Amino acid sequence: MLKRLATLLALAFALAAPAFASSEGGGGVDPLIFRIAIFVMAVFVGYYVVWSVTPALHTPLMAVTNAISSVIIVGALVAAATGAGHELTARMWTAKGFGAVAVVLAAVNIFGGFLVTQRMLAMYKKKEKPAPKAESN
Amino acid sequence: MNANIAALLYLASGVLFILSLRGLSSPETSRKGARNGMIGMAIAILTTLWMLWPMDAVTLALIGGGILIGGAVGAVIARRIPMTAMPQLVAAFHSLVGLAAVMVAAGAFLAPVAFGITDVAGRIHEISRIEMSLGAAIGAITFSGSVIAFLKLNGNMSGAPILLPARHLINILVGAAIVGLIVAFVMSEGAASGGGQLLWYVIALSFAIGFLLIIPIGGADMPVVVSMLNSYSGWAAAALGFTLENNALIITGSLVGSSGAILSYIMCKAMNRSFISVILGGFGADAAAATGDSGPAKPVKIGSADDAAFIMKNASKVIIVPGYGMAVAQAQHALKEMAEMLKEEGVDVSYAIHPVAGRMPGHMNVLLAEAQVPYDEVFELEDINSEFAQADVAFVIGANDVTNPDAETNPQSPIYGMPVLKVWNAKTVFFIKRSLASGYAGVENPLFFRDNTMMLLGDAKKMTESIVKAL
Repeated sequence: MLKRLATLLALAFALAAPAFASSEGGGGVDPLIFRIAIFVMAVFVGYYVVWSVTPALHTPLMAVTNAISSVIIVGALVAAATGAGHELTARMWTAKGFGAVAVVLAAVNIFGGFLVTQRMLAMYKKKEKPAPKAESN
Repeated sequence: MNANIAALLYLASGVLFILSLRGLSSPETSRKGARNGMIGMAIAILTTLWMLWPMDAVTLALIGGGILIGGAVGAVIARRIPMTAMPQLVAAFHSLVGLAAVMVAAGAFLAPVAFGITDVAGRIHEISRIEMSLGAAIGAITFSGSVIAFLKLNGNMSGAPILLPARHLINILVGAAIVGLIVAFVMSEGAASGGGQLLWYVIALSFAIGFLLIIPIGGADMPVVVSMLNSYSGWAAAALGFTLENNALIITGSLVGSSGAILSYIMCKAMNRSFISVILGGFGADAAAATGDSGPAKPVKIGSADDAAFIMKNASKVIIVPGYGMAVAQAQHALKEMAEMLKEEGVDVSYAIHPVAGRMPGHMNVLLAEAQVPYDEVFELEDINSEFAQADVAFVIGANDVTNPDAETNPQSPIYGMPVLKVWNAKTVFFIKRSLASGYAGVENPLFFRDNTMMLLGDAKKMTESIVKAL
């Protein structure tokens, strides 16, 4: 219950944030504050969600968190797209290069992480025959 | 307008990531959870590409080629990697996230206009400089720390702690230097307009401290280290999420950060160690020396596969305790076969797993799942510990420290106070081990010398196979 509540609260907060943020200016709250709010709420959501993960799935948990933290690829894409359509300075080329390499690294992680998670999760099976659990004591 | 739609899409992908972790609360919902994660990732990537559109040919080639190459490499690795190598793999993946974070931070510093983090005069915002330097520093620590963890887990480097003289002082000095450089970077007018070397110094020193922090940590503490690096990779992503003003990244970073922190906490608790004592390292080095003078050899009962087969066949309840040795010997399939044969004889078989068995959280569960052991026969420490008293046989395969009675009775033992599996309460304990040497933590196990313990000396897989034959 508490978990669900925390999730809902965080979602409401996060949903509202961009709306508020766009109406900034003239003494409004800095959008940074909303991002900090999202950050703090997400830490709490993470806290409750992760405690509810069964210990048997802790290895897949690490694999999947690893895969999703590769969403850093969005930053890599921005860097790789540096100066689109303009004359590039050496400095911008370096940034572009960093971005391209980061795209590769993150892509390894995204594909590798999700696929290995799937492979692991496919192995977790229940007992095949549900009925005859003959107790022998 | 488009920016608002994009922000909402990023939010949706953040929510999907939350749901993907939520799915892991049980194996039935987990597959759907993983799918949610993939959808979230696809949304995040497509949204970013949409915002960057139109792109020139060079950029398109770089991005398309990058995703194709990286994706192919990742897919091949994911398919080929043996389950026993999962801890190394996860460490290697963490290092990639760390390095990617460093590169994104460097990219943002070099091309701030592309990231939209400059003011009208073209100077990088102060707050963005804080965020990017934090992201770069944490990313660099994650990278070099994970590389060391990988080398240790993969056996390219000895698992024994490497202790530099005055290492605490060195670490404190390097840490202070990093903080000082970050402050200087944030204050520097030159850095604001993209000049100066300060950010590169921050990154270089952070690489160094990641390396220094992990080399003194012994193999037995690796579950904590791997979880901790997991956490760091999340915080690095979150810091850059602020730079990019991207909610998907902020949400994901904090999810991953808290996930890794919780796992580290669970692992530390299961070893009765404080997080600080693990990070300071050196565990396993002094302990090995302390047990050297254990006096004359004590009598040990050594059994054969036939003995074990005979006793287990006539038992009514057998509890199997797997450990890292099972992973090393790849004995999980033979073990499952043995359990099946015992079940046919009417023996009640279950598995008991200590939280720190193996080299990463949940390591044993994955291996047993790979051998097609149903997950409802596998129990956690607190759920099964009281049942050893009713068991006829405790079958310890490749575990050692997690069954050490000294943890309960001997205040001098380095592992005193650690919760352990009370296998000694079973009528008979079989202990498969290659030799009578002490465990990974370097602590002698008095269980070997108990009257109701029978040692089965040999390779875990071969021994289990001979038991299967004898059955």
